[in-house]
Amino acid sequence: MRLRLRQRSSTGLGADDDLSRTDRVVRALLLLTALIPVLALLFLAAEMVNSAVPALVYAGGDLFTQQLFTFGNLYATAETVSHGIHAPLGAAYGALPFIVGTLLSSAIALAIAVPISVGAVLALVERVPRRFQPALSVFLELLAGIPSVAYGFWGILYFGPALAQHLYPALSRLGVVLPFMRGPVGAGEGLLTAAVILAVMIIPIIAATTRELVRTVPVLAKEGAVALGMTPYETARTVTLPFIRNGILAASVLGWARALGETMAVLMISGDLLNALPANIYSPFSTIAATIVDLLDSALTDPTGMAVHALAAIGLILLAITLATNLAGRVIIRRVTTGVLPVGRGI
Amino acid sequence: MPPMLRRARDTLFWSLCAGALLLVVAPALAIIGSLLQQAWPVLGLRLLTTTTAVNGLQNAILGTLVLCLGILILAGPVGIAAGIYLAEFGPRRRSSWLRLGSETLAGIPSIVVGYVAYLVLDEEMHWGYSLLAGILALSTIVLPYIVKTTEIALRQVPTTLREGARALGLPRVTTLRRVLLPPAIPGIASGLVVALAISVGETAPLLYTVGFSDRNPTPDLFQHPVGYLTYVVFLNATLPTRQEHEVAAAAGVVIVVLLLALIATGRAIVRRAARHAAQMTA
Repeated sequence: MRLRLRQRSSTGLGADDDLSRTDRVVRALLLLTALIPVLALLFLAAEMVNSAVPALVYAGGDLFTQQLFTFGNLYATAETVSHGIHAPLGAAYGALPFIVGTLLSSAIALAIAVPISVGAVLALVERVPRRFQPALSVFLELLAGIPSVAYGFWGILYFGPALAQHLYPALSRLGVVLPFMRGPVGAGEGLLTAAVILAVMIIPIIAATTRELVRTVPVLAKEGAVALGMTPYETARTVTLPFIRNGILAASVLGWARALGETMAVLMISGDLLNALPANIYSPFSTIAATIVDLLDSALTDPTGMAVHALAAIGLILLAITLATNLAGRVIIRRVTTGVLPVGRGI
Repeated sequence: MPPMLRRARDTLFWSLCAGALLLVVAPALAIIGSLLQQAWPVLGLRLLTTTTAVNGLQNAILGTLVLCLGILILAGPVGIAAGIYLAEFGPRRRSSWLRLGSETLAGIPSIVVGYVAYLVLDEEMHWGYSLLAGILALSTIVLPYIVKTTEIALRQVPTTLREGARALGLPRVTTLRRVLLPPAIPGIASGLVVALAISVGETAPLLYTVGFSDRNPTPDLFQHPVGYLTYVVFLNATLPTRQEHEVAAAAGVVIVVLLLALIATGRAIVRRAARHAAQMTA
């Protein structure tokens, strides 16, 4: 029998010299399946680019700078031609309001969700007796699992109107100092309501990761802090939080990516403002994802097919933003941990 | 700083944290509470025996279950196999690239998946509103989660088992089947549970791929739209009458019940696995 010590170049079972024929066949089959997610990713990206090109050429830089987004007169025989591409009369594909709406709503959501997640997890892990922790963790799983449309339902029928009635009038008094807080506050469909609901939706992502991180903080360091006479707050501030800071950052970025791509809840609560930027923080608005769902139906009636291309173009912008944030989040996660953290909307 | 101030600051901080915990717990209760309150008048067996055409939910429930079954059949084996490759067979560098691809796929907004599935499957390939298009779109979304959990589950199996099997001269495939997979099964199963939980709650990738139908799902994979629960919530919530809202809420309640069942299943699997592991080491 040979005995060889060798650098392990492969994972798990190892890819070696003494594979049987069955082993090789099985390995090849498994490799094929492992390629499927990557191929799906490439296919999705290629299709989006492919479908977006005519609209990208037609709109050019207007895509990022103009506010008017219209499919044009779908019944007119005349056409508008721009950069050599034909589209229905008057068609314009300015996506600025959708881009702003997407970034703004998710940024506000993140600003709300991060402190709440971290605070809640600190309370849960450090202060709640261990036997109650699983019961409370169920709520995180529930929040992660409750479908987007149920958030939307709750938002339009209960939560939004309640906020508009009780919280927003008080907030609008801050308008004296912060102009974007000024009224009118509307009926509860709009930017702030959507952002709050997005926050609730991404809390489980940030909180679940933070919970695992807090549990990895070495007990010895905490005991040292206690021995120095620190209060629990001082221990949290000087030991626990610095230890997990980068992890929280990574979790926040992943949560942000989720908020950017969220569709149904935003569609139901956004108030669907087209062709204008939100006037204040309560104003109706729209996001890229919500707009795609909302307009795909009517885009299909465009005889030139440009409307569908235009939706692909804004979808491509969304894809680029989410992929960039996701990659950034994963790079940070890889740098801070060797272990495995819960990822995404997972239970 | 005087001790009293430090203690006051400590109390303030932990009160804020407790408040934050409350803000995590409250929405879940509020959402379920509001669903139950709206749905109360229509909750009953009639929901299970009639279709959405007459304000029941039978076709939507069956549709959601059929979609879940499709996920288990399609994304399940593929995801598990890919996870096995990443954990046990792939050269380190190649695995890391494949893993990155899979994780990136998880970050793609579901509406983008739905959009492409609609354009390619429903339109270009002329499948029309079809069950298979929906299952493919959903599978694309849940696949990375199954891959990830399978890989994690296999990685948690101690290396000594692999070395022992190697020393006995077992072929790799036998090692995998007889030694590595059995202890990893609970982890893999909980990955499937996550995939099902996502499938039950998704809407955006289904809207334009499977469409909606008031009839019960048929075995036809092509050209036949299928109803599902989240669509009922979405559509009826935007309709004007109270009864429509009640049906929307009832669909929400059914989803939450399915979800709780899945969470309970996941926990039971983990608990059983922990007990099993304890027995093995004892």
